[in-house]
Amino acid sequence: MFAWIPVFPLVGVLLNGLLGIKYFSKRAVSTVAVGAVGLSFAASVASFVRLLGSTEPVVVKAYFTWIPASLVRVFGGRLQSLAIDFSFRYDSLAAVMTLVVTGVGLLIHIYSVGYMARDRGYARFFAYLNLFTFAMLILVLGANLAVMFIGWEGVGLCSYLLIGFWFSKDTAANAGKKAFITNRVGDFGFILGIGLLVSALGTVDIGEIAAGIGGGLLGRGTATAAALLLFLGATGKSAQIPLYTWLPDAMEGPTPVSALIHAATMVTAGVYMVARMHVLYSFSGTALDVVALVGALTAVYAATMGFVQNDIKRVLAYSTISQIGYMFIGLGVGAYSAGIFHLMTHAFFKSLLFLAAGSVIHALSGEQDMRKMGGLKARLPVTYPVFMAGALAIAGVPGLAGFFSKDEILAAAFASGHYAVWVLGLAGAGMTSFYIFRLIFLTFYGRERAEPEARHHLHESPRIMTAPLQVLALLAIVGGYAGLPHVLGGRNWFAAFLRSSTGISDHPLAASAEIMLMLFSAGVSLAGIWAAYVVYVKKEGLPAERLAARFKAVYRLVSRKYFIDEIYDRVAVRGTLALGRLSAWFDARIIDGLVDGSGWLVRKFSSASMAFDEAVVDGAVNGIGRAHRAVSRGLRRLQTGYVYNYALAIVIGLVILVSLAVTIF
Amino acid sequence: MIPVNLVLGLGLLIFSIGLVGVLVRKNLIIMLMSLELLLNGVNIILAGLGCHFKSPRGSVFALFVIVMAVSEAAVGFALVLSYFRQKQRADADELNELKG
Repeated sequence: MFAWIPVFPLVGVLLNGLLGIKYFSKRAVSTVAVGAVGLSFAASVASFVRLLGSTEPVVVKAYFTWIPASLVRVFGGRLQSLAIDFSFRYDSLAAVMTLVVTGVGLLIHIYSVGYMARDRGYARFFAYLNLFTFAMLILVLGANLAVMFIGWEGVGLCSYLLIGFWFSKDTAANAGKKAFITNRVGDFGFILGIGLLVSALGTVDIGEIAAGIGGGLLGRGTATAAALLLFLGATGKSAQIPLYTWLPDAMEGPTPVSALIHAATMVTAGVYMVARMHVLYSFSGTALDVVALVGALTAVYAATMGFVQNDIKRVLAYSTISQIGYMFIGLGVGAYSAGIFHLMTHAFFKSLLFLAAGSVIHALSGEQDMRKMGGLKARLPVTYPVFMAGALAIAGVPGLAGFFSKDEILAAAFASGHYAVWVLGLAGAGMTSFYIFRLIFLTFYGRERAEPEARHHLHESPRIMTAPLQVLALLAIVGGYAGLPHVLGGRNWFAAFLRSSTGISDHPLAASAEIMLMLFSAGVSLAGIWAAYVVYVKKEGLPAERLAARFKAVYRLVSRKYFIDEIYDRVAVRGTLALGRLSAWFDARIIDGLVDGSGWLVRKFSSASMAFDEAVVDGAVNGIGRAHRAVSRGLRRLQTGYVYNYALAIVIGLVILVSLAVTIF
Repeated sequence: MIPVNLVLGLGLLIFSIGLVGVLVRKNLIIMLMSLELLLNGVNIILAGLGCHFKSPRGSVFALFVIVMAVSEAAVGFALVLSYFRQKQRADADELNELKG
């Protein structure tokens, strides 16, 4: 059943990609693309329902042998037969991921029909979008790291194609390249991690790796190394320190792409991967702490940059980086289900925020600078409330999706004794609610600062764009109740459901402590909102300007994104270029010199040997011929051709012979 | 009985006439005839010496030479005839195609 989930988007890609670009009308293209994802979503729901009723929590199905069996010698000299099947693994984790990918994907596809309506690359866009959905589904369904890697690279490719969708724009093309190359660095780690696991355990199958670790076949150091290498891949894909710089630039892509790929699904692939490999990470321990620390640092670090960005989509991009940091905190403290829970709720509210931002941009004829917005509350009667719902959800206001998931993560961090991580997470929560409400207040409140031209065309988005927004808003509000914690009278159904695939966090917390933590984080988030209100509504940006003026150096540092891009440019990009130039010089001078030099030598040698050949060998041959000719020139005089001459010669010879005979006898 | 020296002298005389004929005459037919003289001179010597030594060998050998001379004459005249047909004459000093 679940094998059908990725098939529909693949059919969509083939139809739209091969035929649609040339022959289909826009209506046919969108029917195919949306229909494919819709069927895929239906298949996901059906599989999910079947899984709920089934007694078998994990289904692994091999479809064909991808790489036939061969013996490999693994660490410790053991011989192991390594065969890689193309196989899918469907369990509760895969169920959640497929539902999120196809569900949110479906809404974003529908939204795109309106958003991209007047774009010339309409069919190409939907083909890419379907291809992305396909690759993402392969990634979440893959039963071994090799199949997962296909999806992993596939989504990276689609990300590149879609960021650079408007490739005639230089910034978009460069952003695509940046995303792709940055991901290469991470993927390098990922594939090294796979290689390490193969050489240590002789298998890439997730179940077998878990079994091998359970059987004590893996050393702790090797496990840590493999886990960290895989995590390097995750930092690339999920835009964490140190490989996050590509995500803000990725906002050059169309907004639905930002929502689907760079908020809801692809960037959470790293989170999914760590949760999928949780046995390895838990076994290592050290790697888990690294995950938590990187997540916490990223959560705070990215949030600070959200304060000072003026581009509405870039604020959301930094917010995404920061929120994924939260997911990694959840994973890093061992609360895998909490991390995945936040992944799901984040997919709801962040894609909502992106799509709503897209709606705002659409309304303002392409304006993305928040300094040129303001006062849109009344002008966008549908977009405003859904945007607000998303903002409240991400800020962690009690009762909405973000609150439950973020709180579960922070509670788990506290309960497992990672107090530093907890403090960072809490600080990040306050900052999150500040920057997201800064965005809300700058966009929807205050004076209208739009350009007269844009103000003239100001309009609410069409129904096909607002309907998905409303569905997502509903999900952002109620999505959290899937994991309603026990202290609030729920059963934390979500964690129980995921137990079969990610285990359960074993740090119980007293009910009173949990309530205290909740109040604490709720207070922090409300404080953030209040601060944003004071700064951006009550005094209309004055304190912000004053602060910026007073801490000029700090402001400059943060608004220039800590100069990390510049540092990467100096070190990585120019370093690579310099290395390239050095290699080119080495190639041109040394290697080519060697080649040319040996060529020169060969030429000299061969001309010497030619001289020898002409003078000595040919001379000998010709000399022999010439000598023959000289001799024969003399001898041929004898051959007169006259019979009597010959007769005379015979007679003379006879006379000589006879006289000899006479003399001797 | 004719003295053997006389016979040898006759043979030598005929041989010498033939030899001179072959060497100095230009006409191919004459040369062939001189060739016959050469052979017959030798034949006389062979036959004469056979008689002298009371042995049949000389005569037998002479007979062989006669047979050979016949065939040689036949082939030789055929060649001369064919040459004559092409050039309308049969002179040996024209025949120098084998000149080196």
